[in-house]
Amino acid sequence: MNWTAIAAIYRFEMARFFRTLMQSFLSPVLSTSLYFVVFGAAIGSRIDQVEGVAYGAFIVPGLIMLSVMTQAISNASFGIYFPKFIGTIYELLSAPVNFLEIVLGYVGAAATKALFIGVVILITASLFVDLTIAHPFAMMLFLVLTCVSFALLGFIIGVWAKNFEQLQLVPLLIVTPLVFLGGSFYSISMLPTIWQKITLFNPVVYLISGFRWSFFGTSDVPVGFSLLAIGGFTLLCLGAIWWIFKTGWRIRA
Amino acid sequence: MAAILSIKDLQKTYEGGFQALKGVNLDIEEGEILALLGPNGAGKTTLISTICGITTPSSGSVTVGGHDILEDFRAARSLIGLVPQEINLEPFETVWNSVRFSRGLFGKPRNDALIEEILRKLSLWDKRKSQIKELSGGMKRRVLIAKALSHDPRILFLDEPTAGVDVELRKDMWDVVAELKRDGVTIILTTHYIEEAEAIADRVGVITSGEILLVQEKEQLMRQLGQKQLEVQLVETLSEVPDPLRTYGVSLREDGRALIYTYDTNAERTGITALLNEVAAAGLTLADVQTRQSSLEDIFVGLVSGDNT
Ligand SMILES: Nc1ncnc2c1ncn2[C@@H]1O[C@H](COP(=O)(O)OP(=O)(O)O)[C@@H](O)[C@H]1O
Ligand SMILES: [Mg+2]
Repeated sequence: MNWTAIAAIYRFEMARFFRTLMQSFLSPVLSTSLYFVVFGAAIGSRIDQVEGVAYGAFIVPGLIMLSVMTQAISNASFGIYFPKFIGTIYELLSAPVNFLEIVLGYVGAAATKALFIGVVILITASLFVDLTIAHPFAMMLFLVLTCVSFALLGFIIGVWAKNFEQLQLVPLLIVTPLVFLGGSFYSISMLPTIWQKITLFNPVVYLISGFRWSFFGTSDVPVGFSLLAIGGFTLLCLGAIWWIFKTGWRIRA
Repeated sequence: MAAILSIKDLQKTYEGGFQALKGVNLDIEEGEILALLGPNGAGKTTLISTICGITTPSSGSVTVGGHDILEDFRAARSLIGLVPQEINLEPFETVWNSVRFSRGLFGKPRNDALIEEILRKLSLWDKRKSQIKELSGGMKRRVLIAKALSHDPRILFLDEPTAGVDVELRKDMWDVVAELKRDGVTIILTTHYIEEAEAIADRVGVITSGEILLVQEKEQLMRQLGQKQLEVQLVETLSEVPDPLRTYGVSLREDGRALIYTYDTNAERTGITALLNEVAAAGLTLADVQTRQSSLEDIFVGLVSGDNT
């Protein structure tokens, strides 16, 4: 393993993040605060409680997941798309590094950024609502796994994308709807029976359910399923990336 | 000397079906400077990209320092520094961080003293804290060179390093190349300027349409390029070259109405005066005299039709 190379990629990617630190920091703080004003105050005052949890607190895990997933994807996809776009990818391709090292560097950095934002949102949220975390270690595990797996997905999107529109397309058309419909802001037990069934095909449901369980100890689906789902998703993405580098798909002419 | 880079029957067909390399064979010796000379679209960049791992070969093999570029890519690539033709740089990063990144990417431990030395040598030291987007075109190209040198390559590829670069910088670049050669670095540069090959190369390879037409010591190639042809047109029609003129290596034009003499413009004596005296002495009458410079194109044409060298 070329650890020096992994560290070099990681540091180079993080430098981009630090150049725009204020922006990286302020925008999640601002949007979270807005969510609390809108959902927590306006809707929460009518809904009161979900599964024995105050609505304001109930939406926190979903809010974190929503941001973490979209951030992990957009950071990772941009991270690898940008070198393709400006041509600096020549250096990666001609360096003595293998696919795993490239992925560890890029995905590691993207996941770190997403994790940072997740933590910022958690802290911001705790200023608005009373939060107790039932299983802190499980919470961190879910958070980190989500950051990593969605950064892997983002990496694939970045390799696949041929232009900036495509880069935005998947997050916009697929991921955001899946997250919103994945029970970010409600319990799926609140849905009509038929939709409860359909919803189970949405992989995001398992992630949010597991993550919410780590906060409140209650979940829509068994926690084991959640771990299996996220583990399987991670492996799937890794497999796809392995194939990409083996065949050089959209990277090597 | 052992070949540090050995290319065997290398072929590259791009996805669209275009064959950019048609079986390239080339051995490059350690420590030499090879200039690959060829027109646009000849396959120079494709050849370099394939050796460096940016494009995948369709068939054939390449070894670098004895390491196969596919099977043993880490060892092979560790030896190579690449300065690409296009200026591909992260615009928002500083010069220093970009160069440091390259060294790390190649798995080499941090060495600020070395990077300082490289930046100073390339007159980039004052700009080390500047973002790359603030630099001029020539400076950016030097950043690319600094990145390639940051990991102590044994082989350096320079893909058209002086295209669009002003005269001053071109000279600087040649100095850097000469210095690297003194350090024992093998250098392969592509160019379509014959003067560039002339100025710095030890050997020159000529490539067109994905084929290497020849690889020659520069001196030898320059001699050929320095050759001129003198055509002495006669009033008489001859059936063979008169005896006294044979020693000059003169040939007869097909219609028998002109003598053709090839001479070296670089030579101390061209032999023209003596030849013309002999023509007069042989009792021949001059109708006209013409000279023709053999150009790189002539050599290309000669090579393609297979009657040169
Ligand atoms: N990615 C590619 N896909 C298809 N054809 C390509 C690609 N890159 C280069 N070519 C073609 O291969 C030929 C050689 O190109 P190149 O190696 O860049 O030549 P040179 O560097 O000598 O100018 C050209 O005809 C070019 O159009
Ligand atoms: Mg080229």
